Amino acid sequence: MEDQALIGPAGGALLPVLARRAEPVVIPLLALLVGFAAFSLFLLTQGKSPVQFFQLVWTGGFGSAFSWQNTLSRAAPLLFAALCVALPARLGLVVIGGEGAIVLGGVAAGALGVALIGAPAVVALPVMATGAMLVGAVWIGLAGGLRHYRGVNETISSLLLAYIAIALMNHLVEGPLRDPTSLNKPSTATLPPELRVGTIPGFEVHWGLAVGVVCCVLAWVLIDRTTWGFAARIAGGNVRAAQVQGLPVGRLILGFCALAGAFAGLAGMFEVTAVLGSANGSLVAGYGYTGILIAFLARHNPLVIIPVAILLAGFQASSGLIQRRMDLPDATVLVLQGFVFIAILMSEALYGRLKPFVPEKWSR
Amino acid sequence: MLPTSPILNRRRLLTGTAALGAAATLGLPRMARAQGGLTVGFIYVGPRDDFGYNQAHAEGAAAVKAMAGVTVVEEENVAETVDVVQSMESMINLDGATLLFPTSFGYFNPHVLELAPKYPDVRFQHAAGLWTEGMPTNIGSYFGYIGMGQYLNGIVAGHMSQTKKIGFVAAKPIPQVLLNINSFLLGARAVDPSITCQVIFTGEWSLAVKEAEATNALADAGCDVITCHVDGPKVVMETAAGRGAFICGYHADQTSLAPDKYLTGAEWNWAGVYTGMVQTVLDGGTIGNFVRGGLADGFIKMSPLGSAVSDAARAQFEATKAEIMAGGFAALKGPLATNTGTPILGAGEALVETDIALESMDYLVEGVIGSTS
Repeated sequence: MEDQALIGPAGGALLPVLARRAEPVVIPLLALLVGFAAFSLFLLTQGKSPVQFFQLVWTGGFGSAFSWQNTLSRAAPLLFAALCVALPARLGLVVIGGEGAIVLGGVAAGALGVALIGAPAVVALPVMATGAMLVGAVWIGLAGGLRHYRGVNETISSLLLAYIAIALMNHLVEGPLRDPTSLNKPSTATLPPELRVGTIPGFEVHWGLAVGVVCCVLAWVLIDRTTWGFAARIAGGNVRAAQVQGLPVGRLILGFCALAGAFAGLAGMFEVTAVLGSANGSLVAGYGYTGILIAFLARHNPLVIIPVAILLAGFQASSGLIQRRMDLPDATVLVLQGFVFIAILMSEALYGRLKPFVPEKWSR
Repeated sequence: MLPTSPILNRRRLLTGTAALGAAATLGLPRMARAQGGLTVGFIYVGPRDDFGYNQAHAEGAAAVKAMAGVTVVEEENVAETVDVVQSMESMINLDGATLLFPTSFGYFNPHVLELAPKYPDVRFQHAAGLWTEGMPTNIGSYFGYIGMGQYLNGIVAGHMSQTKKIGFVAAKPIPQVLLNINSFLLGARAVDPSITCQVIFTGEWSLAVKEAEATNALADAGCDVITCHVDGPKVVMETAAGRGAFICGYHADQTSLAPDKYLTGAEWNWAGVYTGMVQTVLDGGTIGNFVRGGLADGFIKMSPLGSAVSDAARAQFEATKAEIMAGGFAALKGPLATNTGTPILGAGEALVETDIALESMDYLVEGVIGSTS
């Protein structure tokens, strides 16, 4: 790039500002369309109609009040799972083991709930939530600590920690925490109705969705509107520069990882109190891994996570209808997600290269 | 084995393009579902071609599909989470299903139990659950005494084992699985009381790598007849046969995986059960809320005996099968103790196949090498 281009034309004009603002919106949308187009070709090779496919995605995921309820109830845990990836990502860390924090958060909530049977819900539910968040924070914080103090790659360690978490959960719900009456599906004792989180009035979607949206907004404020978030973004851009500036990189890593884990733990708490009614193997549902996809699609922007999580939840909500009406295997939606993911990753290379979005290049 | 994955092929591309064109001109393709007839939904926790638990149910669904006036909708790989709740509601709301078969145990509590009151006109037929008085009456739970099938597996295994050691790859130490392990050993001990059965738990219902490791470990330990209770027995069957051991099947017929080594197998017979239940609904009748059945009721069946099975094994197999068909058969007969020495049954006592106490079994009987925890 030439020096002159770096300085650029007068910054106040409206059109260049709009062009710059449009870039991060238009490029992912284009990538989404490219992904859909590639997937449509794939469907054609299978002798299936892409038109019918996308109509069914609409019907199953977004076309009616029932579809929206279906989509939104699936979106709730995905919001938290995506935050668990997005927060460390702003520091340049790729944490992919959110699943472990979700599972252990759920176990903590389930165990605390059983211990607190009889206590009023206004006391018990916050304690369960706090416990789940603490356990999640410790779990992902471990990956952050290993990274900072021992130089262990956080991607690998968080993934391995997720396997340990699942094994630990199995041990606990099949051993010390098992309800003896849960015969063929080992679980902790079933929570009484007053410790179950209900649905948002007027919707058939549990409170986890609302809390998830609030958490996304809070995370956005933290990253975009506080000095902590600013420091984290500096460290994510260039660790050396951040250290030279005297930023507490170690504390940032631990803090952001712990917060990320706390959000994932909260997802586990809502799974147990709103959906499952007890902690058991159903906590291992793969939300942590879908969260990775969502965070990358949202380019680790917590506000963008909300619509992306709803979009992916809508895909999953329509998956059943697609199986039933088009006689396609359940993996079809995963294939679609794969196409979209690859298109979005490839689109990363386009930033700053498409002339309409780079006012500096307009004159040439 | 190479997957027969369809690649780009001109005919497929053409049919796809034609379908696209048709859909585009006709607009939204209205699916004429549930027009007057009965729509039945089947939900599986794993793939419906798993050579095991889910395939057995899918074969039942295929039989229902062939009935007149019935539309079948199916979903596979549905997790025991909000997923199954949404799948059931989607089948009810978008397909008009009024009879549902959620076929995994973990769907029952809380998902089926909490959804049933919301849709009182829909019948929820749940496999393996324990319906009890006070639960919603539009729920039915059904299952089969497949432990008897494992007992018959054990009889053939007892005859065919040279090392007097047989092996069992198990998912989790829960009552259904423990009953199968105990029945397999007791069947073999009905042939030769010196036989032992080594069990290895993998901890998960579907975990191919551990299933293969467990099977190899059993073969290394000298087990020469191996069976299993995991969702998809394919890996265990192929690994065991590859190691030269005989195999006894489970859930579905696995003969085709290793015809020379396959002795027999304990299979579900959901085709008969499901067509019967659907016919009852079509005729306006009611299905019982708690239904159990065994070999005589057509809930389970045995795979055809393999070519390797000896005449002596065949004779005792047929004789015992006839006894079971007559009803009141007990695999667990006193005196009997657990493998940790705790007495279960005194002399003259027995637990017949229909005894509800068997559905809360938490022990391995003497002769089984392994531990429930």
